[in-house]
Amino acid sequence: MFRILDAKQLASDVKWFRIEAPLVAKHRKPGQFVIICLDETGERIPLTIADADPDKGTIELIVKAIGKTTMVLCRKEKGDSIAHVMGPLGRPTDIEKVGHAVVVGGGVGTAVIYPLAQALRQAGNYVSAITGGRTKEFVVLEEELKKVSDIVYATTDDGSYGFKGTVADKLVELLEDKERPIGAIYCAGPVPMMRAIAELTKPRGIKTIVSLNPIMVDGTGMCGGCRVTIGEKTKFACVDGPEFDGHDVNFDELWDRLSAYQQQEKRSLELMEHKCKLGAK
Amino acid sequence: MALTPKERMKIQRQDMPEREPGVRNQNFEEVNLGFDAELAKLEAQRCIQCKDKKCIEGCPVEIDIPLFLEHIANGDLKSAAEVLLKDNALPGITGRVCPQEEQCEKVCVRGKGKGCPVAIGHLERFIADWARENLDEKFTPPEPTGYKVAIVGSGPAGLTAAGELAKKGHDVTVFEALHTPGGVLTYGIPEFRLPNEIIDAEVDRLRRMGVKIICNVVIGRTFTIDELMNEEGYHAVFVANGAGLPVFMNIPGENLKGVYSANEYLTRSNLMRAYRFPDYDTPIIRGEKAVVIGGGNTAMDSVRTAKRLGAKQATLVYRRSRAEMPARNEEIHHAEEEGIVFKLLCSPVRFLSSEDGWVCGCECIEMELGEPDASGRRRPVPIKGSEFMIECDLVVEAIGTGANPLLTSTTPDIELNRWGNIIVDEQGMTSKAGVFAGGDITRGGATVILAMGDGKKAAAAIHEYLRSKVPAPR
Repeated sequence: MFRILDAKQLASDVKWFRIEAPLVAKHRKPGQFVIICLDETGERIPLTIADADPDKGTIELIVKAIGKTTMVLCRKEKGDSIAHVMGPLGRPTDIEKVGHAVVVGGGVGTAVIYPLAQALRQAGNYVSAITGGRTKEFVVLEEELKKVSDIVYATTDDGSYGFKGTVADKLVELLEDKERPIGAIYCAGPVPMMRAIAELTKPRGIKTIVSLNPIMVDGTGMCGGCRVTIGEKTKFACVDGPEFDGHDVNFDELWDRLSAYQQQEKRSLELMEHKCKLGAK
Repeated sequence: MALTPKERMKIQRQDMPEREPGVRNQNFEEVNLGFDAELAKLEAQRCIQCKDKKCIEGCPVEIDIPLFLEHIANGDLKSAAEVLLKDNALPGITGRVCPQEEQCEKVCVRGKGKGCPVAIGHLERFIADWARENLDEKFTPPEPTGYKVAIVGSGPAGLTAAGELAKKGHDVTVFEALHTPGGVLTYGIPEFRLPNEIIDAEVDRLRRMGVKIICNVVIGRTFTIDELMNEEGYHAVFVANGAGLPVFMNIPGENLKGVYSANEYLTRSNLMRAYRFPDYDTPIIRGEKAVVIGGGNTAMDSVRTAKRLGAKQATLVYRRSRAEMPARNEEIHHAEEEGIVFKLLCSPVRFLSSEDGWVCGCECIEMELGEPDASGRRRPVPIKGSEFMIECDLVVEAIGTGANPLLTSTTPDIELNRWGNIIVDEQGMTSKAGVFAGGDITRGGATVILAMGDGKKAAAAIHEYLRSKVPAPR
């Protein structure tokens, strides 16, 4: 069992957790993730490690309640526990000195780019962070990002907070700033957002690393469920990624494969809500 | 009173009672029902207790087969269980999944000519199940040696080595990457062949022997081998992490929704129990028309799973003929009984997509058998212009597995062959001092019992290595 030492609501459907996982905390590097399984009937889902404290033996996770598993997790509080936390998994990010590094997070994707901002800045980069959401309540981790970046831009699609527009719209402004040319872009979020950013930067030839989020099961390269097409090659996001060169990713295929279990996911949610109404746990 | 050899020779081989095909292909209950005590006694009496005990040589873990059979024949099940468990820590598992027909039973004298060998496997299973229910084992811990041994992987090789090393008094820790122990036994083999409760019970017995099992630890990520030896204080490591890398066909349409590797399909169904969705949270695609590609045990497991998950038509596509299928005869036979359609001598060339990205067809080409290839089997050659279509909404590729590079890529001083398998000597030692390996990571895809044989051999070698090469701790 992995104990939840602390929990905090970041937005209406986004929650932050500090979890006791000493082995993961000790070995984790930015860009890596864990696979968690809530209980013996649970499914295995990947979650980015937002931060870790090797001395205290803790890791931090930021979770958006979307499906049954994440909803059940987001109802957990300090003192509760998670049956299984496995990791760290995936290749760590290549942290290089590129000069001006831009990290872009869409919604809860911000949890993925937060540790990158931290590491990139420690490596001596000037770090600009863009974090966006549909409306103000979907903008998360802005304050935390401010502590590890040189400048933070918040965006909302409806202009209810910060810059009015998408993160890609904001990135266009930075791309046009001749004073501070961009060395590399690191981005995580919904597939359409990552695709939009990769399409923006490809003609300009700016290195763009995207963190992909396909469906996974084991996380060790054993099942191949998370396969993605990079250039002409099939790669496994769990062991070859989760980060890839955004200019080579087949986003259409990724987007399509993410929908494979839509019906079952809907059914799980309906059953859960039904049980909630009946007052069962 | 003991029977004379002549009386023994008169007894016919007893059949394994099985669930009805039309019933069992609708659920995940175990197909084989097991002998009762009477059948077991009768079958055990068929053993004529040869002087030259070929069956023991035929067994990769060298169980004293004639002795445990004799105890069954005499009605002394407790002694039979003790003999069996002395050499085999996982008899409930091997009694179910071992290819006995290729090993102990193949060399059984009763099988000569038109005869039938003693049903050693069925009797092993009978005794293992009896022991689980009835044997009250007391484990007196041996004198601790102070040596710490790490075992990577809790599949058949790792569990066997763990049991052997614990018996010698070593401090044994098994690291398992997944959240449940058992390796391929748990994620790969369906419950209708090997119920999870059997694995749980045999793993639990190892724990009572003093073996520690830590799940959710991925060697190569959570720790490297060097960290285990230099920082965590392990004196020796046994690498038995299996052949966990799916092989894909590399043909168009492979990444469509509805196309699985057998590893993923079976892991969802077996480890995650997706067959019980939505009681269990992991989903699985239930096809009405399933196509499974391959001819091995994994292909049989996959196609029989698809049938049980509601496929009206479950088709096995294999590029050679039935005679070349690597699957056990029993599995092929069970699949046929359960209504699986066999499309032999053909191979997929591409998968077709529906408008919304789901697989909707499997285009195959017919094959004929040419000259024997390196494996000694006749090589399949495509027949030009013979393409045809199988309509389907689920495809499972079960064409083999490779060596997973996750661990070996972080330990460059372990030598690999050109397929990425770890190279070991006769004793199971790798090129790295103190590191041994066995099972599928050294062999490529093989059987449970061969992996167990490796585990047993390596455990002996590790014991010897610790005593002769490593200064006594403390």
